[in-house]
Amino acid sequence: MIVKVIEFIGAVIEKPALGMGRIVLLLVSILRGMLKPPFEIRNIIGQMLEVGVNSLPVVLITAIATGMVLALHMYTGFSRFGAEGLVGTVVALSMTREFGPVLAALVVAGRAGAAMAAELGTMKVTEQIDALETLAVNPVKYLVVPRFLAGLIMLPALTIITDIVGILGGYFVNVVLLGTSSKSYLRATWDFLQMEDIYNGMIKACFFGAAFTLISCYKGFYTSGGAEGVGRATTGAVVYSFMTILISDYFLSAWLFR
Amino acid sequence: MIEFRDVHKSFEDNNVLQGLNLNVDKGESIVVIGGSGTGKSVLLKHVIGLMNPDNGAVYVDSNSISEMNEDGLNQLRKKFGMLFQSSALFDSMTVWENVGFALKRHTSMSESDVKELSSEKLKMVGLVGIEDDMPAQLSGGMRKRVGLARAIAMNPEILLYDEPTTGLDPINAEVINDLIIKMNEELNVTSVTITHDMKSAYKIADTIAMLYNGVIISRGTPEEIRNTTDPVVRQFIEGKASGPISVEGIDK
Repeated sequence: MIVKVIEFIGAVIEKPALGMGRIVLLLVSILRGMLKPPFEIRNIIGQMLEVGVNSLPVVLITAIATGMVLALHMYTGFSRFGAEGLVGTVVALSMTREFGPVLAALVVAGRAGAAMAAELGTMKVTEQIDALETLAVNPVKYLVVPRFLAGLIMLPALTIITDIVGILGGYFVNVVLLGTSSKSYLRATWDFLQMEDIYNGMIKACFFGAAFTLISCYKGFYTSGGAEGVGRATTGAVVYSFMTILISDYFLSAWLFR
Repeated sequence: MIEFRDVHKSFEDNNVLQGLNLNVDKGESIVVIGGSGTGKSVLLKHVIGLMNPDNGAVYVDSNSISEMNEDGLNQLRKKFGMLFQSSALFDSMTVWENVGFALKRHTSMSESDVKELSSEKLKMVGLVGIEDDMPAQLSGGMRKRVGLARAIAMNPEILLYDEPTTGLDPINAEVINDLIIKMNEELNVTSVTITHDMKSAYKIADTIAMLYNGVIISRGTPEEIRNTTDPVVRQFIEGKASGPISVEGIDK
């Protein structure tokens, strides 16, 4: 009986444990690859464009829509107890602490993370990754390190843009549409916003950037089973990235904003 | 030059290689034949360190592949060229960038010199004027030839061919066979080919070895293999459904 229970537990945890082990090994290979020349500058810039610049339109739309709807709800709610003057403060704090990093991360993980898993997965099943190895090129260093660095660098940059555009969206709704004075809205925004709010949001963004690239590259790198496998890897990359971002967000917030 | 010493390799419950021993001499063209799923590709991947044995060892120039560190293995891999079954061209790069990939990374050649040398290698495999095309624009036969041009770009000492004629029409298959013979003669390389195409095997091999149940069960010149009395080898080379080799799901 006890043996059967242990066997059952072993069977349940075997696959996740194997996956975790592989992710840790991949992270170690990435960190080693980052320190060892050649430094793949061209690839890194290419990936930064893909992750950062090409994600900009969808990030901008998400940011402005979120800032606007946030301001609208806050105004309606706060006006019930005469606190409309705090809308700017709440929008700014919500964007910098929470919505900026999380929304940018979710949008980029859905767009660029899925593309990473699909591209690497296709390379895996068509033996292109094996071909790189036979040509004496470390595939982690050549393919994964540039993507990892692009996520790590570009997500904080996109987060700053999301913060600014979201606050501007809130400003538009409150000042232009609902008639709050521009001066009092801006004062409410700046008076209570601290640098700590902004850079703690950036720390979150760095973590999310590293997490979604690591998960997406891992999923792509261990793809098997042809086109169906590539589809599974892409779906897995997006689902696990989203889960990781959302769950870790709580713990990061609890740690950073104590 | 290449030696498999009691190599074992399993994937979960599937024991693919079960104590395989094989020697390949310098300059020899050996063709390993065997049915689908018998471990031919696994064998080839051990030669270049894409896989490591569970037990036993693979030696190349007296170096045990599995005991080498990454830098040492990459140095050794520069002596190799490999043609993949699916060609494995990098589909985000043009034809010449594919062919010149290793030159660009491992030599100090300028981009124009790499392109020129890539064109020369492409000419060796009979391809002219496609340098700037993308792999997706090429036919299966042309992709194989570009893959071969990439494999010979660094003037390798050892060429590995993974099912070089699979998926090609008879004329293109013959073109690839002729090119393999040409490469062996002109570049004086050692080559290991895995295939189940017997016409190709007889044509390009100095030696044919048959892989069955995870070990080499027979080895000889093409003539010796053609005249063998071993019932397993006979069934395979004659392509008979009935015989000692069982086919999953088929009652004999």
